[in-house]
Amino acid sequence: MSLYRDEAIVLRTQKLGEADRIVTMLTRDHGRIRGVAKGVRRTKSKFGARLEPGSHVDIQLYVGKTFDTVTQVEAIMNYGENISHDYQRWTIASAILETAERFTSQEHEPALQEFLLVVGGLKALAENRYDSSLILDAFLLRSLAIGGYEPSMTTCSRCEKPGPHRYFSLVGGGSVCIDCRPSASATPAPETLNLMSALLKMDWEVANSSEGKHQREASGLIAAYLQWHLERGLRSLPLVERR
Amino acid sequence: MSGMYEGAIQDLIDALGRLPGIGPKSAQRIAFHILQSDAEIAGALVDAIRTVKERVKFCTECGNVSEEMQCRICRDPRRENTSICVVEESKDVIAIERTREFRGKYHVLGGAISPIDGIGPEQLRIRELMTRLADSSVTEIILATDPNLEGEATATYLARLIKPLGLKVSRLASGLPVGGDLEYADEVTLGRAFEGRRTVNE
Ligand SMILES: [Zn+2]
Repeated sequence: MSLYRDEAIVLRTQKLGEADRIVTMLTRDHGRIRGVAKGVRRTKSKFGARLEPGSHVDIQLYVGKTFDTVTQVEAIMNYGENISHDYQRWTIASAILETAERFTSQEHEPALQEFLLVVGGLKALAENRYDSSLILDAFLLRSLAIGGYEPSMTTCSRCEKPGPHRYFSLVGGGSVCIDCRPSASATPAPETLNLMSALLKMDWEVANSSEGKHQREASGLIAAYLQWHLERGLRSLPLVERR
Repeated sequence: MSGMYEGAIQDLIDALGRLPGIGPKSAQRIAFHILQSDAEIAGALVDAIRTVKERVKFCTECGNVSEEMQCRICRDPRRENTSICVVEESKDVIAIERTREFRGKYHVLGGAISPIDGIGPEQLRIRELMTRLADSSVTEIILATDPNLEGEATATYLARLIKPLGLKVSRLASGLPVGGDLEYADEVTLGRAFEGRRTVNE
């Protein structure tokens, strides 16, 4: 039987049969995979708490026809366990995990950048390093960028005229100048675009000093931009508790 | 896997495949088992499904399965009105009843909060729980959601929601390893967890 070992973040689990689970994971080297964890729901299972959403694990699987089967799991860090004791941060972690799943549409296709981004996002969340809503927005923008949908923040995304411009368009790919703007463009505050630009660059000093109203406006624009680029909306996003 | 067979057999495979925990392969295996079994056995299955849908309802008080308006436990005058044990599913009520540790009443949520599956507080029987708590005879809430992360996050949410009411809130703790389903805990473990429950809103 063919075995492989990798580092993984558990994205979601689904019940299978009597006591098994299908575990969807994002791995460092093998992209997104689904593995069957046999007997994991029995309270005496050796895998126990290690295969919960948000767990960072060292895992070994053997290759199967439909699903690979989990043979060994060692915990690296149980981010989910820490985060689940704070409901707001739990909803944000859920949105991060769902986004990671949606941005890795093909199984087994390596997605190292997204993997590192998820690990970084969960770590920041677990350590309560920044405002958790800002962590989510930075994560969503970075995921869009890795997926090839980075919104333009200053130059016009159509004619490349240097900005900053007043208009922001979902259809138009971000900042647009007055001549290029599609009819349904938003006109966010300049501070909001500045914040989004800082989040994209992970410039936390600028992001942390932003005001609540600009943070809320940025969250709205980022969510709308994300929905536009994903065919189906994220299920967890409406359930996220913001600041 | 869809549409491999014609008509009735494919319809059965599709219907079975929508059941929880049954993948396309299992659905196919069960469908052919039913097809090859005696008409009597298949008929009994059909009757059982029809009867359960006709007769079994959900208790208007606690959400547990019941053949009457109120379930057996809610109707029982010997059960204490002062404590409510909150569980995810009716099968968890059965599991806790087996321990004989608990003399209060239950509240069945109908699942756990799971944002990734689009299940938020609104999709569960949380509003009904809050209505029940408005009744002043309740003084203690025991959160007995599954010992996995969704269960933990659900308990965290409920503890936060109930906190302003000033009730004693405890959570099943010791003995239950994280990651499992409550229904698989043996009586001893579950009983100990009841004894060792901790307050979460000091
Ligand atoms: Zn009842």
